[in-house]
Amino acid sequence: MSKQMTGAQMVIQALKDQGVEIVFGYPGGAVLPIYDEIFQQNDIRHVLVRHEQGAVHMAEGYARSTGKPGVALVTSGPGATNAVTGLTDALMDSIPIVVLTGQVPTFMIGTDGFQEADTVGITRPCTKMNWLVKDTANLADTIHQAFHVATHGRPGPVLIDIPKDVQFATAEYVPAEKAKISHYQPRTAGDPAQIARLVELMESAERPIIYSGGGVINSGPRASQLLRELVAETNFPITSTLMGLGSYPASGKNWVGMLGMHGLYEANLAMHGCDVMINIGARFDDRITGRVKDFSPKSKKAHIDIDPSSINKVIRVDVPIVGDVTEVLEELLRQWRARGSKTDQRGLSQWWKQIDEWRAVKCLTYKPSTTTIKPQYALERLEALTKGMDRYITTEVGQHQMWAAQYLGFEDPNRWMTSGGLGTMGYGLPASIGVQVAHPESLVINVAGEASWLMNMQEMGTAMQFRAPVKQFILNNERLGMVRQWQELLHGERYSSSWSESLPDFVKLAEAFGCKGIKCSDPKDLDDAIMEMIRYDGPVIFDCLVEKHENCFPMIPSGKPHNEMLLSADADAFKSGAVLV
Amino acid sequence: MSALNIKKGSTSHSAYDLRSGSTEIEESHTLAVIVENEPGVLARVIGLFSGRGYNIDTLNVGPTHDPKMSRMTIVTRGDDSTIEQIVKQLNKLVNVLEVQDFRDADYVDRELVLVKVKVDSKTRAEVMQITDIFRAKIVDVQPTSLTIEITGNESKVEKFLELMSNFGVAGLTRTGKVALPRK
Repeated sequence: MSKQMTGAQMVIQALKDQGVEIVFGYPGGAVLPIYDEIFQQNDIRHVLVRHEQGAVHMAEGYARSTGKPGVALVTSGPGATNAVTGLTDALMDSIPIVVLTGQVPTFMIGTDGFQEADTVGITRPCTKMNWLVKDTANLADTIHQAFHVATHGRPGPVLIDIPKDVQFATAEYVPAEKAKISHYQPRTAGDPAQIARLVELMESAERPIIYSGGGVINSGPRASQLLRELVAETNFPITSTLMGLGSYPASGKNWVGMLGMHGLYEANLAMHGCDVMINIGARFDDRITGRVKDFSPKSKKAHIDIDPSSINKVIRVDVPIVGDVTEVLEELLRQWRARGSKTDQRGLSQWWKQIDEWRAVKCLTYKPSTTTIKPQYALERLEALTKGMDRYITTEVGQHQMWAAQYLGFEDPNRWMTSGGLGTMGYGLPASIGVQVAHPESLVINVAGEASWLMNMQEMGTAMQFRAPVKQFILNNERLGMVRQWQELLHGERYSSSWSESLPDFVKLAEAFGCKGIKCSDPKDLDDAIMEMIRYDGPVIFDCLVEKHENCFPMIPSGKPHNEMLLSADADAFKSGAVLV
Repeated sequence: MSALNIKKGSTSHSAYDLRSGSTEIEESHTLAVIVENEPGVLARVIGLFSGRGYNIDTLNVGPTHDPKMSRMTIVTRGDDSTIEQIVKQLNKLVNVLEVQDFRDADYVDRELVLVKVKVDSKTRAEVMQITDIFRAKIVDVQPTSLTIEITGNESKVEKFLELMSNFGVAGLTRTGKVALPRK
């Protein structure tokens, strides 16, 4: 039953076989045969972006909100180089995406042909794996392998570079079930003996903390369910990284908030003072650990991660468990129940008392204002007015991102899309479109700063063309807020290039794109304006003019341990130079 | 909470913790990496070393008994945790099939060196005598030089080259170490 087809037909067939419904892309000379095939079918929807970086971030948003791999299709040369930022972003945050690039014909490779770039060379360090397919006979097989690699083990971006003559030539199609999936079969089951050690550690813990991360979300909804069961059965406090928000609900009673550089006081002090730390799918990133030497000095640490190289990379741990979070938590709970395990009630109740004292500091308190909109206030109102809705949030990168993480509550996984590892300004708008396309009926809001937002604002055209009613909630302080904050606190208030003059009029910009623009600068008008944004049936650019010099607290300056956090109350003294030696 | 006490010029003025690197002892280690014999594999492995800041002292690549696989022998330097990371990162590459860490294993290793030594009528005999003692081979003779092939483990090769340097070395090429586990 051999089926002959062209390379371009194989691409479409293989994507269909892999269950792909949407491709984000931009055509060009080297992918025209594939676009010709897209034109002649109706199973796969193509979303035309405005810049290839946008296509990759949309694929990321799609993947992060659905748990399925996102797909982007771009041309050779500049198409491929424009995709590099998105690929690196997906690599850092372990997002499964498959990027197809066109390439000059095989006989022209190496001749500096028009729109030729060494795509596999350029993307080798920013993909989990990439391939240049030189023979049509291998094309379908390679695409199936690519999906396998992207979604197995620690997820990540993969790229397939397809020369134009390979798209034209004919060969036999290899269906998914006959593809050589190679030897790549990462281990997913944790070592039961190590899990038993963790159970013992948990039984003896007096001051435990669960530190969860993006790995819980990548592992699938079942992992979040198991995490909730684990927390309910142990009554342990739980914190999460930026990437892991939503795996445990923000309304849950054991939730102590996000940790890290701009994490909550109680979360960071609990990390610093714990005696047992259970890392579930996080990677001891430098935004989390602060000064490594002083990171949680008195604790025994367990680390569950599907990637063996994450273990002992930054922090040496006592109980390493290599495996998929779902499988490991299943086994952990099985053992915990089978042994009839009990926690140290006395120790735990004292620990909770201590945590409640830290909570009482109310580290997210800020000085309210009746005349200007405080960014924190804007997010509190956004949270209050959208709570309980079928809501997805994406962000750009900077102060607004940290405030969104602090002031918005996430009840479920896959509802929060942000660029954590790479910190890509310009991620949020395209990501919000990717999310919206996957969830057409849901409310999708991109919490943005005006500087980040401008980096990929051309994608409003995509939102309009494909009727993605994304809400761009821009906290506009006319500054590169986070850069400005660092300059204020650590560089003698020398604001080197951290403000933008000549910002566009965002309302007029919205009109130019054909969508709705809303401007709000008075706290009294904010609720109505937010409701107007939510109710509008179509994309909205919301220009929320906020306090220009607000700083984001708490903050752990780099190179400081968790217990040397800077709170907003300290900041005045700090700025006056009282403690700056 | 404690007062923030940041000294001017301290690392806290950076977005990163600027502490100095590891002070653990760096040692030389030999690794063998069995890879799929596919285009770009060598670039991937080398890219991993350069991208993550690991050292390569020598690198040797060649096919194995199975034409679908190649064996790379890499001599690198680093403290224990660096070596542990190198092994893990190599294992993470999709087309790496196996990493053999020779830290504890019993293995045989060899290196082949071609060295062109300057000689004249007075020194030629002595160079030939030393070559003989080391069971090296003279592979080319010119009026003013001898090219010698020597194979052996690191200490033997180094000792030989040290002796030859007294006569003057006009050219040198070495394959880098190749190694196989005994079992």
